[in-house]
Amino acid sequence: MPSGLAEAWAIAAKDLLLEFRSRTAFLSALVFTALVLAIFNFARDPTAVSAADLAPSVLWITFSFAGVLGLNRAFSLEKENRAIDGLLLSPASRTALYWGKTLANLVFVGAVEAIALPLFALFFNVPLLDVLGPLLLVIALATVGFVAVGTLMSSMAVNTRFGEMLLLVLVLPFLVTPVSAAAEMTAKLFAHRPFAEWAAWLKLLAAYDITFAVLCTLVFEFTLEE
Amino acid sequence: MTAIPSAERALRRGGILMTVGLVLVAGVYVRALAFTPEEATQGLAQKIFYIHAPSAWVAFLACGIVGVCSLLYLFLKEPRLDLLAAASAEVGTVFLTTVLVTGPIWGKTIWGAWWTWDARLTLTLFLWFVCLGYLVLRGAVDEPGRRARYSAVLGILGALLVPFIHVSVLLFRTLHPQPVVLQTSRPQLPNSMLVTLLLSFAVFTLFFVGLLVRRYAWARLAEARAEREADDADASR
Repeated sequence: MPSGLAEAWAIAAKDLLLEFRSRTAFLSALVFTALVLAIFNFARDPTAVSAADLAPSVLWITFSFAGVLGLNRAFSLEKENRAIDGLLLSPASRTALYWGKTLANLVFVGAVEAIALPLFALFFNVPLLDVLGPLLLVIALATVGFVAVGTLMSSMAVNTRFGEMLLLVLVLPFLVTPVSAAAEMTAKLFAHRPFAEWAAWLKLLAAYDITFAVLCTLVFEFTLEE
Repeated sequence: MTAIPSAERALRRGGILMTVGLVLVAGVYVRALAFTPEEATQGLAQKIFYIHAPSAWVAFLACGIVGVCSLLYLFLKEPRLDLLAAASAEVGTVFLTTVLVTGPIWGKTIWGAWWTWDARLTLTLFLWFVCLGYLVLRGAVDEPGRRARYSAVLGILGALLVPFIHVSVLLFRTLHPQPVVLQTSRPQLPNSMLVTLLLSFAVFTLFFVGLLVRRYAWARLAEARAEREADDADASR
């Protein structure tokens, strides 16, 4: 469906251009991430818990919170002047709209992660380079999982009272699988454990991504006005 | 207007079922405490099992009803399915809360800890979070059609999340007692205990159906009243 992909890309490009011009959401997400990483350093007793033991959970708590905060942007952007009506009236399909929004969110969260990861390596003194390839795979899979669900939820949350708070309440239970899988795999990677020890988590995460990406695509149209 | 007499009948019937169910729950408990032998190693602590296990069964049944009604709603757009899902989610949350309260009371005595991050505890806890999210979402949307669509979407996603959380927590290690009734070999429970347990499952299910019917009928009546008030407001304008 190349035309659908082109439509999705057009929607994503529009969102990313808007974000690139103001950079408000991106910069605040970035500063938030840096702050969380720095605060974590003070929230542990360095003589009792080594930085290496804490590092995987710090990484994943930081990424998931920064990710969820960024998700609000996708549809609150369309709320002003009811811009969503314009998108719905355009020839783009509902599926293309969901994929466009998801794609823009992925680029947004991915960009925050790309800057936060070296910062994390610096603050927690973790040698990233020798495990970088598999780590990037884990980050990509986990990010796809929670962005797919989060984009769908944000499309609903934006039309409710206390939407931003509600989005967190709705999305956090869905983070259990991607975040626990990613944190476990990150820990194994940092400890240089063999692949066989984390293969089950990788399969689970891949299954989660496929299931929820398909399901969210199917039910997305029900979150829009008819 | 035609919906109201049937809903009022359902409200009464639900009330009767609920009362009978509650009396029978009390009856089963008398049997559990006085006429069922004490478990050899766990002693009296095991008696909570006759609330805990049937509550868990009923809670999972309720969540299953939410999932099925949500899926059907998206295809059929029948508002009654949405009301039934809502009623089931609310009643299910109460039973999930019962599970989460009785579990630690038993756990403190037997495991020595109120809470552990065991597979089934974690699963139940997150199911409870999803149910609360579902109820909060319903409260945050005013327009009935939109509320129904949103909650159906969350209901389906939540139902699908359960197996994933289950596998995630199984990959961590588990402390929970393994099933003692539904096993491939015969149940490892003395007959008297088994009968009490099965009776408690039956009466909890009856009690649940009573609550569900009553809650559902109440939601129909509330909706009919809201419609009537809206009509009256239009007429007086």
